Amino acid sequence: MSTSATSAETVLSARGLVMRFGGITATNDVTLDLKKGARHALIGPNGAGKTTLINLLTGVLEPTAGTITLEGRDITQLAPHQRVHRGMVRTFQINQLFDSMTPLETLALVVSQHRGLGAKWWQALGRNKDVAERCERLLEQFHLASVMDQPTRVLAYGKRRLLEIAIALACEPRVLLLDEPVAGVPAGEREELLATVGALPADVSVLLIEHDMDLVFSFATRMTVLVNGTVLTEGSPQEISNDQRVKAVYLGHGDEMQDAGPFAASRAQEDTEAGSHV
Amino acid sequence: MSAVTSPAQQSLLRASRWKPWEPVLWLIAFVAPVAVPTHAALINEIAIVALFAMSLDLVLGYTGIVSLGHAAFFGMGAYTAALFAKHVMPDPLVGLAVGIAVSTLLGALCSATILRGSDLTRLMVTLGVGLILLELANKLDWLTGGADGLQGVVIGPLLGSFAFDLDGRTASYYSLVALLVFMLLSRRLVHSPLGATLKAIRDNRLRAMAIGIPVSARLAIVYTVAAGMAGAAGALLAQTTGFASLDLFEFHRSADVMLMLVVGGTGWLYGGVAGAIVFKLMQDTLSAITPQYWTFWLGLFLVVLVLAGRDRIVRPWTWWRKGGAR
Repeated sequence: MSTSATSAETVLSARGLVMRFGGITATNDVTLDLKKGARHALIGPNGAGKTTLINLLTGVLEPTAGTITLEGRDITQLAPHQRVHRGMVRTFQINQLFDSMTPLETLALVVSQHRGLGAKWWQALGRNKDVAERCERLLEQFHLASVMDQPTRVLAYGKRRLLEIAIALACEPRVLLLDEPVAGVPAGEREELLATVGALPADVSVLLIEHDMDLVFSFATRMTVLVNGTVLTEGSPQEISNDQRVKAVYLGHGDEMQDAGPFAASRAQEDTEAGSHV
Repeated sequence: MSAVTSPAQQSLLRASRWKPWEPVLWLIAFVAPVAVPTHAALINEIAIVALFAMSLDLVLGYTGIVSLGHAAFFGMGAYTAALFAKHVMPDPLVGLAVGIAVSTLLGALCSATILRGSDLTRLMVTLGVGLILLELANKLDWLTGGADGLQGVVIGPLLGSFAFDLDGRTASYYSLVALLVFMLLSRRLVHSPLGATLKAIRDNRLRAMAIGIPVSARLAIVYTVAAGMAGAAGALLAQTTGFASLDLFEFHRSADVMLMLVVGGTGWLYGGVAGAIVFKLMQDTLSAITPQYWTFWLGLFLVVLVLAGRDRIVRPWTWWRKGGAR
């Protein structure tokens, strides 16, 4: 698996990315390659700069130095929405939803926008049959059909989380950046989400940021460890789990990697609960 | 058009369908100038400010851009229509079209100022642009008549046969038809994919960008369209009163129209209409009772409305119910 991934072409590439906020260097000379069809995980302790890196890749932040190329073209100067048009889509660690709209309206909007109908003002949203059908499939796939007409703001957390991921997939990305997709999702609904993430088409390249070690090791075929804004090491899950530096830095002590599962999961839960009050 | 089959499509299209009360409302509106001919002038004025408020709703209610300078476009449309009638030709429809065109152009230029910054930045920028235009209209007195206003504007008969009479019946129908046309266009817009992208920008700009919506371009479009509509309202006022004055550019115009939206509720198009009706009727009745102090009662009404909540006020049967309605 990992050998086929490394021989594939690079779809997303970051070269020497640097991000400074005043005197703080959040990202320090990060170089990262995402291969076509990759299931690549980005791990690291809190404050390692994982979300900053995603913000740089998606264009929310402009890097102090370095370049980003997507499918061979330099996108460093492109606005976030232009990068989406080029096929790179992200999800957010803290849900970023359209609270006044229903899940159905949200998905209809996203699908319309993705299909180049976003500037149409004459036809009603959903008049296009293909858009409506695609919405229906997405609602089904993400178990949102039962709540499709409820305002997003009243949905249960698990449903909101599913919608968060569904929005990204409605854009039919070729490169998908998942920022802690199961953070805060109750155990019962977690499997649903994991199955959906796992069932992504093989040609979609995925960069997964995750605290939950169980998910990382069940999903990723390649891993990059980020510490203090720099890449500590990169390798297969096997190599990473045997790496003494990773154990020391990521866990803060020499425990076995497997022990990290519940620990990391509960921490992710706390993060999201704190975030949901924002 | 293909047949509607799936529940998802049905649900989506339901939102854009006419509500039963809508045709009733329009019927009443169109009967009103005949039913109460003494108030035709007031109906005309209500239709005009309703159009003005509706244009602000596109910007404020649907896209979340706070503007305190919307009168800039109102005044621009009014002065353009008045000048056009005075110097070029008196036909009202051509004048209206020119007024819309010029204010749309102004809106496109000004849209560059509202793309960046916070709500407060935009509030100040829109306020500033409004003040600049007011002062320009004041200083260019060779063209605008300055503080005296633009006198001697004579408007030709509508469609060549309906003269603008003194009791305001032609005027009220002219404005009501214009309001209806713009309402139909706005309904289309807000229920379209474009309208949905505007709501997305209002709800969550970060995510709007992350799903590929060109946020700046959309803000520019809606601001420009709203400017054109505000210009139409201004042109209607200038044409039906045969007069344009600096008052059209004044800050209180921008503030009043925002008040109307707050009264009627943002983000449903009819908020502007409802607000305009309430505002103008209050102004009319209160200023008849107490000409000097009617704004006191308006202020009191606003405070109560905002503190108690519009939903509670229009639903008196919930007043004595505990909880829930909060």
